[in-house]
Amino acid sequence: MKPVRLMRAVGLAAAVGAPLAALIAPPALAEDASVAITQIVEHPALDAARQGVQDALAAQGYTVGENLEWTYESAQGNGATAAQIANKFVGEAPTVIVAIATPSAQAVVAKTKDIPVVFSAVTDPIAAKLVPQAEKPGGNVTGVSDLTPVGLHLAMINEALGGGVKTIGIIYNPGESNSKVLVDLALEAAAEQGFEIVEAGAPKSADVKAAAESLVGKVDAIYVPTDNTVISAFESVVGVGEQAKLPVFAGDTDSVERGAIAALGFDYYQVGYKTGEVVARILKGEAPGEIDVQYADLTMMSLKVNKDAAARMGVDLPASFLEKAQ
Amino acid sequence: MSLFAALGALETGLIYALVALGVYLSFRVLDFPDLTVDGSFPLGAAVTAALILSGVNPWLAMLAAMAAGAAAGAVTAFLNVRFGILHLLASILTMIALYSINLRIMGAPNLALFSEVTTLTPIEALPLPLYQAKPVVFLVVIAFAVFALNWFLNTEAGLGMRAVGANARMARAQGARVGALIMIGMALSNALVALAGSLFAQSQGFADVTLGVGTIVVGLAAVIVGEALLPPKRVWIALVACVIGSIIYRFAIQLALSADWLGLEAQDLNLATAVLIVLAMAAPAARARLARAR
Repeated sequence: MKPVRLMRAVGLAAAVGAPLAALIAPPALAEDASVAITQIVEHPALDAARQGVQDALAAQGYTVGENLEWTYESAQGNGATAAQIANKFVGEAPTVIVAIATPSAQAVVAKTKDIPVVFSAVTDPIAAKLVPQAEKPGGNVTGVSDLTPVGLHLAMINEALGGGVKTIGIIYNPGESNSKVLVDLALEAAAEQGFEIVEAGAPKSADVKAAAESLVGKVDAIYVPTDNTVISAFESVVGVGEQAKLPVFAGDTDSVERGAIAALGFDYYQVGYKTGEVVARILKGEAPGEIDVQYADLTMMSLKVNKDAAARMGVDLPASFLEKAQ
Repeated sequence: MSLFAALGALETGLIYALVALGVYLSFRVLDFPDLTVDGSFPLGAAVTAALILSGVNPWLAMLAAMAAGAAAGAVTAFLNVRFGILHLLASILTMIALYSINLRIMGAPNLALFSEVTTLTPIEALPLPLYQAKPVVFLVVIAFAVFALNWFLNTEAGLGMRAVGANARMARAQGARVGALIMIGMALSNALVALAGSLFAQSQGFADVTLGVGTIVVGLAAVIVGEALLPPKRVWIALVACVIGSIIYRFAIQLALSADWLGLEAQDLNLATAVLIVLAMAAPAARARLARAR
């Protein structure tokens, strides 16, 4: 081997080997229990869910830094990275792995049949093949679904606008599995309640403004479901709504602060809190396969209203509606 | 980093080595910057998942995935060769079209393959835990791919392809059928990428339409990191360098994930990955300079 090439080889070994050697030893577990939490992307609703998990665990007597080892990783939106996070967690074998959102949950479930996995904010855990059924799922996986009661949302929009709504536009990313389920639910609920739905697809957050503009003149109101892509660019929808005097409603309460008129939404903190309670039950010895998958109930819902946004979009909210808001 | 995580990174690196080989073929051999791969990777996953779920033999499904990838690459090449659309734009057009096509193929944005019989199911019969057996099997697959690609690039068609990439005008003057060679090369490149997508879906148990995001970035990074660490004096060395580059990329991510003790938090992951790759690439150069100074 020539000296230069030898140097190169040594350099490679140093560059890869040194940090490897430093990191190969797993940290010692001093705490009673360890929870590792993987999340597909940084997002206000998902971050709130994570906080909810932590707070519920604290309320059940598992406090981070005292008797609970807490590891958190985000895949920053990349599916292959989510798989690598799953590798890391399964290799470290914590007491429970919490997976927030569908791709992160699938990545973990693919890697382990033994470590208890609790998913959170997964809309349709059965279609995603995380669990075979919701009641006593068996195996090592259970969790909390955030399947939205879309029918209640549509009824809420009609009520906020004083009745008489005929068409509602929905902006969503056709590539998000959760959103597709929501749109199908909306079509079903709209048929029952006598509304017409107009769909506008936005594959990237940069397309959201154009999708909102395409609905102007065609619909009485815009409804934005809990779609990660559209919510990242929610200000674009609000901008179009204010200029065109077209009322914008949202599926999550966080978006009301960002300019939606109202939302009957999940409080993702509460979804996470419920997830944390499931985690605590497993830490106390219950088998995940014996715990039913939890779906939305009214304790997880709240009506939030933004009167200024309503005024900017030219909507006069009925007093009876305002009374229901928190 | 646990053994499980390290072998997982090796497994993902080996799968993405097929992407790196595909990108090497388009970007280095043909000199054709090709963004189609962001679409053909999930295309391979989508075709495989949809066919396996509808009861088709998984081996046939994997072949169909490669054929679909080849078709995608050929479309990009066709747009460039026949209509004179700039290669970058032609590949972008195919890539964005594939997003819709992938949704059509799957009928949903996410298909789960857990519990289905795939081409990887026989691995479970090996006397090794699955997380150890998979990297071994993929290593064999990649070795075969490198061997086959090396053989191909030394055939008449392969040499013609390299000539087209080096100097298209000269190749044409020598009687090479430049258009046809670009089409074949691009089809082969994207077939490899679709195979990677197919293996990823079978190994991870699901296909998702967003899987392709950033595939070209990963492929290019693997090719260039590999070249920096192992100067490609011959074709087979260049191919091996692609594989090494891809594995190093995955280990950089895995190391970044394990770097909590440095005070790095979850949101620093991409930055930490980038810094680790810079270190891996800068180290040989810095060593060489030190050696010269002495």
